[in-house]
Amino acid sequence: MAAPFELSDDNVVVIIGTGAGGGVLANELAQKGVSVVALEAGGRYLPEDYVNDEWDSFGQLAWTDTRTTSGDWRVAKDFSNLPAWIVKAVGGTTTHWAGASLRFQPHEWKALTNYGAVDGASLLDWPIDAEEMDPYYTRAEDKLGVTRTNDIPGLPGCNNYKVFEAGAKKLGYKEVHTGRMAINSQERDGRMACQQTGFCFQGCKWGAKWSAAYTDIPAGEATGNLEVREKAHVARILHDDSGKVTGVEYFDEAGDLQMQRARVVCVAGNSFESPRLLLNSHSSMFPDGLANSSGMVGRNYMRHLTGSVYATFEQPVRMWRGTTMAGIVQDEARHDPSRGFVGGYELETLSLGLPFMAAFLDPGAWGREFTTALDSYENMAGMWIVGEDMPQESNRVTLSDAEDAFGLKVANVHYSDHPNDTAMRDHAYKQGAAIYDAVGATRTLPTPPYPSTHNLGTNRMSERPEDGVVNRNGRAHDVPNLYVSDGSQFTTGAAENPTLTIVALAIRQAEHIASEMNQGVL
Amino acid sequence: MIETRSLKTLTRRQLLSRGVAAGAGLVVGSGFVAGRDAAWATEMDAMKPESFATLVQMARDIYPHDKVGDQYYAAAVKGYDVPEEVDFAQAGIDMLDEASRAAGFDSYLGAGWEADRVAILRGIEDTDFFQRIRGGLVTGLYNQKEVWPIFGYEGESYSKGGYMYRGFDDITWI
Repeated sequence: MAAPFELSDDNVVVIIGTGAGGGVLANELAQKGVSVVALEAGGRYLPEDYVNDEWDSFGQLAWTDTRTTSGDWRVAKDFSNLPAWIVKAVGGTTTHWAGASLRFQPHEWKALTNYGAVDGASLLDWPIDAEEMDPYYTRAEDKLGVTRTNDIPGLPGCNNYKVFEAGAKKLGYKEVHTGRMAINSQERDGRMACQQTGFCFQGCKWGAKWSAAYTDIPAGEATGNLEVREKAHVARILHDDSGKVTGVEYFDEAGDLQMQRARVVCVAGNSFESPRLLLNSHSSMFPDGLANSSGMVGRNYMRHLTGSVYATFEQPVRMWRGTTMAGIVQDEARHDPSRGFVGGYELETLSLGLPFMAAFLDPGAWGREFTTALDSYENMAGMWIVGEDMPQESNRVTLSDAEDAFGLKVANVHYSDHPNDTAMRDHAYKQGAAIYDAVGATRTLPTPPYPSTHNLGTNRMSERPEDGVVNRNGRAHDVPNLYVSDGSQFTTGAAENPTLTIVALAIRQAEHIASEMNQGVL
Repeated sequence: MIETRSLKTLTRRQLLSRGVAAGAGLVVGSGFVAGRDAAWATEMDAMKPESFATLVQMARDIYPHDKVGDQYYAAAVKGYDVPEEVDFAQAGIDMLDEASRAAGFDSYLGAGWEADRVAILRGIEDTDFFQRIRGGLVTGLYNQKEVWPIFGYEGESYSKGGYMYRGFDDITWI
C-alpha cells in the first residue's frame, strides 16, 4: 500500500532519524519500492524558513533537549548541557553542515593495521575498505553534487579563503584549494548556484548546499513509498521472543504514545541518540540494552579533535562574506608519525558571525584580552581543524539520571582527550598560526573545540561481534533485522568530515537491505 | 535568558535638573538612569537607579569595548530590572559593593579607575552572580543588531542577494 502507512503494517522498514544517514537510506529504499516509515523527532524547515541570524537559527534548528556531560573536555565545563551542535529537524544536520565532502584516505579504513596499536586507544580496522567503498563514494558524490568531482568546477574563493590560501602557499603547502563541497558552483539538479551569502550553518536559503530536507526526503516521498512522521520522538524498540525487532514505540506530536510495527528497524538518530535508544530499549532478554551483548553500545565515542585558529590583521578581511567553509589544506591529512602522532588532520576555513564569535572564541573569558580580539572582528580570518581522534572505550554515551520531557533517560556524553589527540591539536594550532603569520597576522588566537558536530562511533562496525555493535552492513551482530545507519557505526573517524561517508554507507546499506528483503532473509 | 530592552531618550534639561553623575558615563536620577549626553535614558521598573548604574558599569568592565556606548550595556542588563530578577541582582550588587569597600573604595562606582574595578571583579568572578551577569551579556550585548555595525559585522545578507556581487572576494591587500 502507498504512504501513509498503518501503525499495524508490519511490512514497513522503520527508520529513526532523517539526516545524512536516515534521510538518504529512506529515499534509496523508497526508490527501490520498499515501504518506509521515517520517524523524525524534529519539525520540517525548508529554505524559505531558514533565517540569516545565528541565535534565531539555533533556536529554530538545533537539538537543545537536555543532555549531560562528563570528562575533561572543555565542552563539559562551558556547555555542560550542549555537548553537540546538531539539528533536530527533517533532514537532520544536513541543514547545518558546511558541505565539505571528502573521501576517507585508503589507509584510514585500516587504522589498527596502519597505525599499529596505540596505548589507551581501541583502534580497530573497518571490516570494509576503500576499494569496496569506491563505487558508493562515486554515487554519493553525484547525489550531493560535490565540486571537483563529476566535472563540477570548484567554488570561487572568498576573502577568508584568499588569506588562508596565501598563507598556506607561503608556508609551502601544496594541496590547497576551495574544497570538495556539496554546494553548487553552478546550477545542478534543479538547485541554483551558491550566492556567497554566508550563513551556511543556518540552512542555505538558496538551496545551493545539498541537504536531505529538500532533496532526498521529497524525492522519496514522491515515490509513494516513504512516509515521514515529523515530531515523532522515539522511546524504545520492541522485540519478540526470538530476539527479532517487531516495532517502535514513539511519542507523537500530541505527546501520545504510538507503536509502529516494523519488518526492519534502522537507527539513525546520531551518535548520542542512537546508542541512547538502544540502551533505553533494554528488556529481560537484553538487560544491558538492545544489540549490546558485547557491552560496546555507547563506547568509543569520537568527535574529531577539532579546534580553530583565528587571526587578526592590519586590514579588513570580512570573513563572514561568502561560503562558511571556503577552502582546505590537505597536506597534513597524511599519516606521518614523525610529527609525533598517528593519523592526520585537515585545515578548513571557517567563519562565525559576531554573536557566535563572542560565544565560542574563548568561552567564559572576559576583560580586554578577550574584547580587543573582538574589536578586530572585521579584520579577522579563521580556520577549523578536523583531525582523527582516537577511539577510547571510556569515551562513551551512557544513560544519565536526568530524564527528558517524556520521562526517558537522556544521554550522558563522556569525553577526554587521548594524548595523541592533544599532540595533533597542538601541531595543528602551530601550523594554523604559521599560515596566518606568513601573511602578516598581528595576533593569532587558538580557539577550543565547539560543541561537537562530528559525532561518531558509539555503535561501531566490527568484523567480530565482541569488538563492536554492527557488522560490515551496519546490521546489529545480535539482532538480524536491526540496523544502524548513521555516523555511530564508524569504526574509526579518519581525518575527513564524515557526511560523504555516512551517505555512501547509506546508499550501500539500502542495496543490502533491499536485496535481503527480496531474498526473503529479512 | 535575560532579554535586551529598548531605552528612551531624555531632554538634556530634564537630565541636568534631575540627575547626578555616577560612574564613567552615567547619570543617576530619581527613578531613572541616563547617559551623560542625554542620548538615552531608562526609567526603573523595579531596581534602584544606583544599582542599575552599578550593573551597567560592571557590564562595561566585563566586556569593555571603547567604541560601544553605555546605552548598549544598559539594554543588555535592563532585563534584571523586573520584579523576578531584582532581588538576585541587588544581592549581587551588595556583594560587589562590599568587595569594593574591602578594597578601600566607597562602592563599586566609587572605584574610579577601570583597573581597580577589574581587580574587584577578578575577586568575585567565580560567584554565581558574576557568572550569570557575564553569561547573559554574551547574548545580551553581542546579539544586539544595533551593536553589529560598530564591529563591522553586516548580519543578514540573503535579502540583498548575498555577497556574490557585493564583495565576497574584494580583498586587495593580500
